[in-house]
Amino acid sequence: MKRLPILSLLLWVCAVFYVGIYLFVGGFLLVRLEVNRTSTCGDVLLPGGEQRDFCHAKPRFRRAVLLIIDALRYDFARFDPSNTRPRPYENKLPVLQEIMSLRPSHSRLYPFRADPPTTTMQRIKGFTTGSLPTFIDVGNNFASSAILEDNIVHQLGQMGKRVVFMGDDTWENLFPKKFYRSLPFPSFNVKDLHTVDNGILQHLYSTMVGDEWDFLVAHFLGVDHCGHRFGPDHPAMADKLTQMDGVIRSVIDRLQNDTLLVVMGDHGMTDTGDHGGESQKETDAAIFLYSPSPLFPGPPAQDEPDVVPQTDLVPTLSLLLGVPIPYSSVGQVLLPLFPPHQLTEDAVTGLSQLEALWINAKQVNRFLETYSSMAKDIPPESLSKLQAEFTRLSSHYIATVQEAAGTSPQRMAAVQAYLTSVRDTCRATWARFNPLKMATGLVILGFACLLCVILSELSCVLVMELRLLKAPVVAALSLGVFVAAGQLLSQGHIEVAWCLAAIAFVSELLFLWSTCRARVSAVAVNGSKVHKRACWFGWLTPRHLLVPPLLVPLLRCASLLSDSYVIAEGRVVTFLVFSLGLYIPIHLNWDGLLLPPSHDTLKPVGVQPSPVLSPSAVRRESTTLLGCLGLLVFSLYLSLSFHGCREEQGSCQPSPFLSPLSRLQDSQLKNLHYVLSLASLGLWTYLLRYWLRHYGNLNSSGGTVFTARWILPTLCICLGLHWAVSATPEDSFRNLAELISLAQLALPRAAFCLLGLGLFLLWLDPLTVFVKARAAATSRGSSLPLPCYRASTGISPQAELHHLIPQIYQRMRRSLEDGDPIGGAEEDGRPAVEAYGLGTVYSAPLLLFCGLLGIGLLLLHPEGMALSFLLLLLEMGALLHIHASSMTLNCLNGVVSGGFNVPWTPIVLWSLAATQFFHATGHLPTFPSIQWGAAFVGFPDGHTGTILPASLVTLNTFSSHILFAVGCPLLLFWPLVCEVRGGRGGRTGGEEGEDAVMEMRLRENPLQFSSALLQLSTRYLFIQGAQVFASVCAAAILRRHLMVWKVFAPKLMFEASGFLVSSGFLLVGVSLVMRVDVAVGRWFKRLLPDASR
Amino acid sequence: MWDHEIRAMASSHAIIASSVLMATVLPAVAVQDFSVYGTHLLWLYLVAGTVSLVNIAVFWLLGIGPPTKKHTLGSKLSRMVRSCLYLLLSCLFFHSVVVLYGAPLIESALETFSLAVLLTSLTTLRCLCVLGPNVQAWIRVFSRHGAMSVWDTSLQITVVCTVVGAWVGALPIPLDWDRPWQVWPISCSLGSVIGFLTGLVAAPTWIHYHRKQLTYKCK
Repeated sequence: MKRLPILSLLLWVCAVFYVGIYLFVGGFLLVRLEVNRTSTCGDVLLPGGEQRDFCHAKPRFRRAVLLIIDALRYDFARFDPSNTRPRPYENKLPVLQEIMSLRPSHSRLYPFRADPPTTTMQRIKGFTTGSLPTFIDVGNNFASSAILEDNIVHQLGQMGKRVVFMGDDTWENLFPKKFYRSLPFPSFNVKDLHTVDNGILQHLYSTMVGDEWDFLVAHFLGVDHCGHRFGPDHPAMADKLTQMDGVIRSVIDRLQNDTLLVVMGDHGMTDTGDHGGESQKETDAAIFLYSPSPLFPGPPAQDEPDVVPQTDLVPTLSLLLGVPIPYSSVGQVLLPLFPPHQLTEDAVTGLSQLEALWINAKQVNRFLETYSSMAKDIPPESLSKLQAEFTRLSSHYIATVQEAAGTSPQRMAAVQAYLTSVRDTCRATWARFNPLKMATGLVILGFACLLCVILSELSCVLVMELRLLKAPVVAALSLGVFVAAGQLLSQGHIEVAWCLAAIAFVSELLFLWSTCRARVSAVAVNGSKVHKRACWFGWLTPRHLLVPPLLVPLLRCASLLSDSYVIAEGRVVTFLVFSLGLYIPIHLNWDGLLLPPSHDTLKPVGVQPSPVLSPSAVRRESTTLLGCLGLLVFSLYLSLSFHGCREEQGSCQPSPFLSPLSRLQDSQLKNLHYVLSLASLGLWTYLLRYWLRHYGNLNSSGGTVFTARWILPTLCICLGLHWAVSATPEDSFRNLAELISLAQLALPRAAFCLLGLGLFLLWLDPLTVFVKARAAATSRGSSLPLPCYRASTGISPQAELHHLIPQIYQRMRRSLEDGDPIGGAEEDGRPAVEAYGLGTVYSAPLLLFCGLLGIGLLLLHPEGMALSFLLLLLEMGALLHIHASSMTLNCLNGVVSGGFNVPWTPIVLWSLAATQFFHATGHLPTFPSIQWGAAFVGFPDGHTGTILPASLVTLNTFSSHILFAVGCPLLLFWPLVCEVRGGRGGRTGGEEGEDAVMEMRLRENPLQFSSALLQLSTRYLFIQGAQVFASVCAAAILRRHLMVWKVFAPKLMFEASGFLVSSGFLLVGVSLVMRVDVAVGRWFKRLLPDASR
Repeated sequence: MWDHEIRAMASSHAIIASSVLMATVLPAVAVQDFSVYGTHLLWLYLVAGTVSLVNIAVFWLLGIGPPTKKHTLGSKLSRMVRSCLYLLLSCLFFHSVVVLYGAPLIESALETFSLAVLLTSLTTLRCLCVLGPNVQAWIRVFSRHGAMSVWDTSLQITVVCTVVGAWVGALPIPLDWDRPWQVWPISCSLGSVIGFLTGLVAAPTWIHYHRKQLTYKCK
């Protein structure tokens, strides 16, 4: 077996894919250019050359309190007295209503619309800079980096105002060393409802009473965490909001006349308590403004805005507090807060509406000019239109000021319209693409897909000459170095992306060329020169491409180009899997292989003699196939009930199994769910162990067997206990609270350790073969047929039932001796050796690996997902058996199969099932649906680094991809594993020796084994890669589509990371197989001298 | 080679196809507001009923059917009963397959069952007419060398076309076009009827062009 060449070939294919993805994503998800200029007091110009340094004028308010209640949705803040039976989140903030009715000119409540992405860090960035953070920043939520753009905190600091901050520690990361005083509290642990809020409350009132502050920011996280943990519709939310009500009351009591109070939410939340998307429930937060001195000219008027965009907070606050508006703000001032008439003498009231608007417009225009000089992404026509509009407005304004005429509402409306259009233009253009990089990425990905197909089609040829890879890669690498040097010389710096692109592209082309040549020479050697062209392009004709096994992935890829299909992806994939599953028996029946041919008059005609055909075997295989199809259909149908819901799917209810047990309030339901989960966990373990025992893999005493015997059950017990502990309500068992918190920490960590230990042992000693030397059976002549199944006595009663494969050793020894010129020893008189579990020596460790990994991944999921994982295992088994049965049926009926090759149909099913269970484990290709809770399993107090939580969340998100990718080589082994079953029944005459060999066939034909493994992996990579390619195409073609940031870009990110994870774990699976192969080789080497002694 | 049969098949298929068209067009005279979308279930049952009746009549008139050994009243009766039973079972089978494909389980059970009835009348009924109540024969027909007459081949083609039509009809359902025909089960039933019509046209054409290659084993 050619281990290293195959691995390096696969690695290279994966690397090419990675480069393609990297290039495309680099061109597609560009960050908005940050303008690193800051506003200063000097540059706020009033028209007509009149310069007024308003920084030194007395501002309207000396101080301000900014109370941020994270995820304060607009309807949380409203008060509806007619609502007699409020939900837990309704009518819990009566203070706002009371104030508004008591002092209508002092207060207002508005809906406060955030721009997507509605994640906390993006929002803080947004409402402190007044700008529009772009999509790419979403990834930074784990490690928020400092804001470099001009922002209000910086401006306040420049003015010498003392900014005091308390609350969510994201702020501390965003504004390091900018605060006069800072009291950050850890924010990442979403299960913790109280630490941040109580921390703030300890300091808030004392700080307010003191005089050590000018701008106070208090960021409460309780409501948001409560939403994440329990959802809005939970009594805990009512408690939290009532607490906030009290906080607002106390703050209002302590306000002084020169102080402005702003109570706001940074974003809303969906009905499940998540946020990040752009549904109205997520974007519409509340903002409440209040001051003890009159804030508004009067009670709410008709012309006030319905909705306040979040960007408008920064300019408003800046002008009210008398600081320059941050440089890159694109918001507009909130006009009702400014006095309508120009009262220049009255300094206390500060700026008038017109002045404020003018300053704002001037600042926005300046930003626009700077930005357009730095980056060319704003379309020139709209830019020139905006400029013309600004020139017109400014001439009007100067005229107005010089004539000292009153403000006309039309003028102000025009300025407002200008500001709004600037904002809209910016929003429309800040998704900037690099078409060249995108195109290069697309081309590289396309070629990589083509490469996979060619590799899989030519695997048998390529395995002979695997050195083909070396020359292209070396040439490409040297070219890459050349390109890098060229860049260094011409531009002075190296752009890594283009070097990688050159390497990938050239190596692809060279490899294609050399395979082409190899193919030609191989064909020439075979003597069929005539069919050269036909062989090469034979599979590219529509007739070969439009068969269902390739039509289904084609449909799947096409479905990625439509937003509706991406939204309904879970059901679409299930539909496709079901269709392809049904196709298998129908196709077999069409070929007349499903049923044994009838034994009537037809038989004597005997057009095709059927050599190994036995009706009972055929019937049994067909029954197995249909039974497994039933199981497949059953698990497909049940898996539909574990889906989550996208915000776009209107009338969709997320699966009840998705919420963790601690959220359930009905204790009976809780118990039921717990028992169900536990039962499926137990069944998962039992099935694994049953299979291993059935094939005799539990007899020896190696590391793998230890893992299967002890670590697997212990892991399950840990997991069951962990579920029980995490499901206990916090307030029950008060005296055991410490123990519970300890268990919450220790149990998952113990499980992680066990898992690591198990996987390590599995890797160290993957053999599950037990050898027993038997008393010499004398007749060992090579001509005599050997007894095939002999139940041995004396080992253990269990062993009686196991499959014994006694003569594998004989066969192996013979084949070894044939190859070995030295060892020409006699065969007679040697003790016979029985080896248990040799027939499944490859698949047993792989299966155990999958099983262990599955339990580990289950640990990261909500408890209810255990059922879904069980379905996953069942579906895997069903797919494997369907594949094995159809292979056997093909073989039994004398249809020649080429070596161990796995046809397309099972591979397509396998890879589609990975996507199907991605959805059936409650995941969705959207950012708000990422199960962040996975990062806290075993780490309830949060993390210090970012790598560990990120990898935990990745493992959680792509668990089905991981399991199916690792288990992919099982497709190759399963027909061999199941062979013994078919062989035992249909045994006739001298066939038995052949039938009992199972996976040892692979040892006998190492070359075919290598080529089949290569083919399987490249085919799997192709299916996965084609999906990535399709979603990349979707993102490229539809980049100006309405849904691109909502549907296609997240889908692309998920598909690409899914590919990264699955290709990585596919390599793990393949290398595990190779590890086993090495171990088996050593085992035989060791056995040979033992036996010949 | 089978010119006579092909001609008979073409004309009978023309009759069946025109009956489908009649069932679509004619009721508009009698029923107020009749349309394929608006009163979909009515149209569906009309098509199903018409196709069944015309099929039975045509095959009875042409004398195509399974060879029977006994002609007693009892055997005829038992065949009738078994045929009815098979039709019912086939409705249930199609219903469950459609549900497994993702149709709502409870919500629109009537619509799903109607689709199953339509599919039964377009596929199973033809099987019954040609092959009689004999599942073994049905399974045999759908294999490469299973057809034993021109009628078997035409049965293969029409059944496959109908089922594929219904399958293709399910594809546009998730799209957000908000068209009236995207409502469940209109697209599927339309797809199956269109597939059936295609099959009716395709079968004699295909057989005509492949009549040289076709060889049937004698029964």
